[in-house]
Amino acid sequence: MQFMLLFSRQGKLRLQKWYVPLSDKEKKKITRELVQTVLARKPKMCSFLEWRDLKIVYKRYASLYFCCAIEDQDNELITLEIIHRYVELLDKYFGSVCELDIIFNFEKAYFILDEFLLGGEVQETSKKNVLKAIEQADLLQEVSYKEAETPRSVLEEIGLT
Amino acid sequence: MPAVSKGDGMRGLAVFISDIRNCKSKEAEIKRINKELANIRSKFKGSGDKALDGYSKKKYVCKLLFIFLLGHDIDFGHMEAVNLLSSNKYTEKQIGYLFISVLVNSNSELIRLINNAIKNDLASRNPTFMCLALHCIANVGSREMGEAFAADIPRILVAGDSMDSVKQSAALCLLRLYKASPDLVPMGEWTARVVHLLNDQHMGVVTAAVSLITCLCKKNPDDFKTCISLAVSRLSRIVSSASTDLQDYTYYFVPAPWLSVKLLRLLQCYPPPEDAAVKGRLVECLETVLNKAQEPPKSKKVQHSNAKNAILFETISLIIHYDSEPNLLVRACNQLGQFLQHRETNLRYLALESMCTLASSEFSHEAVKTHIDTVINALKTERDVSVRQRAADLLYAMCDRSNAKQIVSEMLRYLETADYAIREEIVLKVAILAEKYAVDYSWYVDTILNLIRIAGDYVSEEVWYRVLQIVTNRDDVQGYAAKTVFEALQAPACHENMVKVGGYILGEFGNLIAGDPRSSPPVQFSLLHSKFHLCSVATRALLLSTYIKFINLFPETKATIQGVLRAGSQLRNADVELQQRAVEYLTLSSVASTDVLVRARPSTPVTEPVLTDPSPWARAPGLATGFSTGQGRGLTSPQGGSSKFPVSLGSSPPSPFHLALFPASSSGLEDIGPPIPEADELLNKPQTGAPVILSPPPPPPRFVCKNNGVLFENQLLQIGVKSEFRQNLGRMYLFYGNKTSVQFQNFTPSVVHPGDLHTHLAVQTKRLAAQVDGGAQVQQVLNIECLGDFLTPPLLSVRFRYGGVPQSLTLKLPVTINKFFQPTEMAAQDFFQRWKQLSLPQQEAQKIFKANHPMDAEVTKAKLLGFGSALLDNVDPNPENFVGAGIIQTKALQVGCLLRLEPNAQAQMYRLTLRTSKEPVSRHLCELLALQF
Repeated sequence: MQFMLLFSRQGKLRLQKWYVPLSDKEKKKITRELVQTVLARKPKMCSFLEWRDLKIVYKRYASLYFCCAIEDQDNELITLEIIHRYVELLDKYFGSVCELDIIFNFEKAYFILDEFLLGGEVQETSKKNVLKAIEQADLLQEVSYKEAETPRSVLEEIGLT
Repeated sequence: MPAVSKGDGMRGLAVFISDIRNCKSKEAEIKRINKELANIRSKFKGSGDKALDGYSKKKYVCKLLFIFLLGHDIDFGHMEAVNLLSSNKYTEKQIGYLFISVLVNSNSELIRLINNAIKNDLASRNPTFMCLALHCIANVGSREMGEAFAADIPRILVAGDSMDSVKQSAALCLLRLYKASPDLVPMGEWTARVVHLLNDQHMGVVTAAVSLITCLCKKNPDDFKTCISLAVSRLSRIVSSASTDLQDYTYYFVPAPWLSVKLLRLLQCYPPPEDAAVKGRLVECLETVLNKAQEPPKSKKVQHSNAKNAILFETISLIIHYDSEPNLLVRACNQLGQFLQHRETNLRYLALESMCTLASSEFSHEAVKTHIDTVINALKTERDVSVRQRAADLLYAMCDRSNAKQIVSEMLRYLETADYAIREEIVLKVAILAEKYAVDYSWYVDTILNLIRIAGDYVSEEVWYRVLQIVTNRDDVQGYAAKTVFEALQAPACHENMVKVGGYILGEFGNLIAGDPRSSPPVQFSLLHSKFHLCSVATRALLLSTYIKFINLFPETKATIQGVLRAGSQLRNADVELQQRAVEYLTLSSVASTDVLVRARPSTPVTEPVLTDPSPWARAPGLATGFSTGQGRGLTSPQGGSSKFPVSLGSSPPSPFHLALFPASSSGLEDIGPPIPEADELLNKPQTGAPVILSPPPPPPRFVCKNNGVLFENQLLQIGVKSEFRQNLGRMYLFYGNKTSVQFQNFTPSVVHPGDLHTHLAVQTKRLAAQVDGGAQVQQVLNIECLGDFLTPPLLSVRFRYGGVPQSLTLKLPVTINKFFQPTEMAAQDFFQRWKQLSLPQQEAQKIFKANHPMDAEVTKAKLLGFGSALLDNVDPNPENFVGAGIIQTKALQVGCLLRLEPNAQAQMYRLTLRTSKEPVSRHLCELLALQF
């Protein structure tokens, strides 16, 4: 896989992960182009498209589009399931994930992705194993900062729950 | 997993993010960000007594990261992030690494610090820290990281005491470094141990390791060969396992789909296993996968079918890769055939794509063809353009002689409604198929004309050039092409490409349909000319060439066409190419009229075409008969050296030598000209072995003002010439066409310099092959250098044996001193000053002579320009007179020339005056030029 992008229906980029070296300018250009292309597609259309010399595999979950660029030899269907497994991981971690979770906890979204995919390849497909690694970190965090801040939920605080 | 506590460690960050989200405008957002950046900057600078604690540092670094990910530039904070790396709190370290991974910085001091921190973590024996460090290396993947760590990571990967999660990260980290800089990753003893990770108990380790091995084995297949049997046995165990055996590695009732796909990919790096047992086991696996596809699904969830089919498609890829098991190939094809009608768009798309590769296998080509109706239906009914495109690709791939007509007609029909994005590709595909599988060429012509009619804008030059090439080279289709294109042009709105093709084909072969009063020459002309004014310059240039050909083909159109050429809109056209063509063609048409119709064939009825066939040497053998590549890039460009096209399309800059108008082997156009010397009487005389001597024909005055044409023609031989001159250099191409069906023997053309001409003119050439086959044409190139002024042209002596009888002829080569003329523009004042300077009696030559041709000012102008001098306006007080100037370039010296031509229409006389700095030149030029009027 060469890169993965998460963006909203409004075209706002929520997560970007690049597995090939590209300049910031090039990354922005690619993002703009793909967001436009994918958003222009109708529901029911197929989830794959040719783009430059790559294959794009995308899927929409509620308000978010997950979009992966893979190489010619790569398997489209298994990529579609990479996306789904990632969504499952986020869902399990955040408990019924929504776009706001990913906005306010973007760093977590990156950490989970790194446990699942590394260098553009699947590293660990077991949901249990991936979440175990993340869970440990959260437990550490709980202990360290309980005194420093009021343990109120963020969503509660900004009136989103 | 409790749904609390996510990120609530950083309340300030959450407040900042919601602030940004509440911003109503881009400006407000930027303002808020700048405020935050200023705040963070001051915190980072903070005075000594208020040093930031780890938590605050983490929070601010995280805010910077958020700002960067919003798309803003961040130019500070790297040092604080690096500080976080050495924190012993996991979350601080984690944020530090995330920042470094996202905002890679090339500052070398920073890199040293980062590498130090990574080194410490790798050595820490704390698996969580080691994994963070490995993730960072894998995310950055730079060469510097490779240099620092490429040697350590293999060790970590194969160490007996490494934790599984560390091994997984190490494998993929190494893969990323290897992809970025393969030279930095040393191969060695560890490679064998990496292969054995395929046997590892931990599925996650195997999953990561297969990716690494797949990449490494491509460069060193032999070193990793043992992976084949290990991969097969691993795959076999997964495929035959029950759907719940693998616990958390089972995905929607499919055992280890990611690992299965990766193993199948790895096997595609190698040919089929040599070991019969391994191969047998693998074939069994592949069959099991194909069998499972027929089983009822274990779940209705799309994830189940996707995972299952991902393995199926990868299995089919492997079967296609081996291309050696007919049975499996046909089964694969049948399976894909089922998918072609599946309700899931994704599966239809993939089935079409995969079948494309199956179509190229000899074992499955026929099986693929049985699905033609389904694929055609897909082309018509699929709602998603990307699926339709796959269908078009597949139709193209499955096309052969048996179904070409059906496929081409379906693609043509599709083209009428096809998406603009893929029209050009479809057009090219149709053109390639039509040519490749054409049995009768009338079908091919119909197809291409249909292409132009339906999607003219998308018909590239390659495509319509190609139809001209084919029509030119196939006698059997020329009449049909002329008739069809004539009909197509009847449409009130036809595409410009149709006009181009029509212009060319009617110009060459319009005579073949001229017998029908509905397409008589005047009708053909007015039909073409009705399109003229709406066309681009390039097309109009092409049409002008067609018109001059018409004058040649159909003398009855001459007056009309001359009228068109003479119109101010042509002769004074702002476009130099059009103007040049109009002027030259007008001249040409009047030259041809006198010579051909009056002198040469006084008794010939005017209606008989001078030329009925393209000259035989116009049809060089060896024209490419197929597109060399599927993309059609291999088309011979008609603009290229081996061009078969008589018309330049105006895309090349107008040549000062007027070459653009007469490329090499055009058909027919050169034949407009004065009578070709015929030597019938001589040839018909009984021969007794003595060479047939053909007396040199009179000097070729017709080549004084032009550079191309037929130099000589009799029943045996035609000699064409094409030349260009620049400064004191020239290049001449002679084309010898054998008009008979018998080979010429001992064919030796040579250039002869009479007298001391060789001191004035150097001509170099190469020997030709001694045989010229019947119907063939050979080309000879002469390189000419003018050393000094000269008066007599060099001679061309041609000797050969025809049917045992020696033949010999000698011709004057059309090289005259005026060929080395450089036109010179000057103002009236300068002209008169120089005129006076050349006032010695011997510098001037004058001739008063009777006009041999109608006195047409435009024609005269064209001739003077063709002669090589510049024409100077507003110099002579009498506007009827012509004044010109130029310089003759020789190696030894330059000769300035001034000329004046005074026509007297009443007396039908001319007075021509030449003044040059060299006496013989004046006289010679005067004699040459006087013969032209």
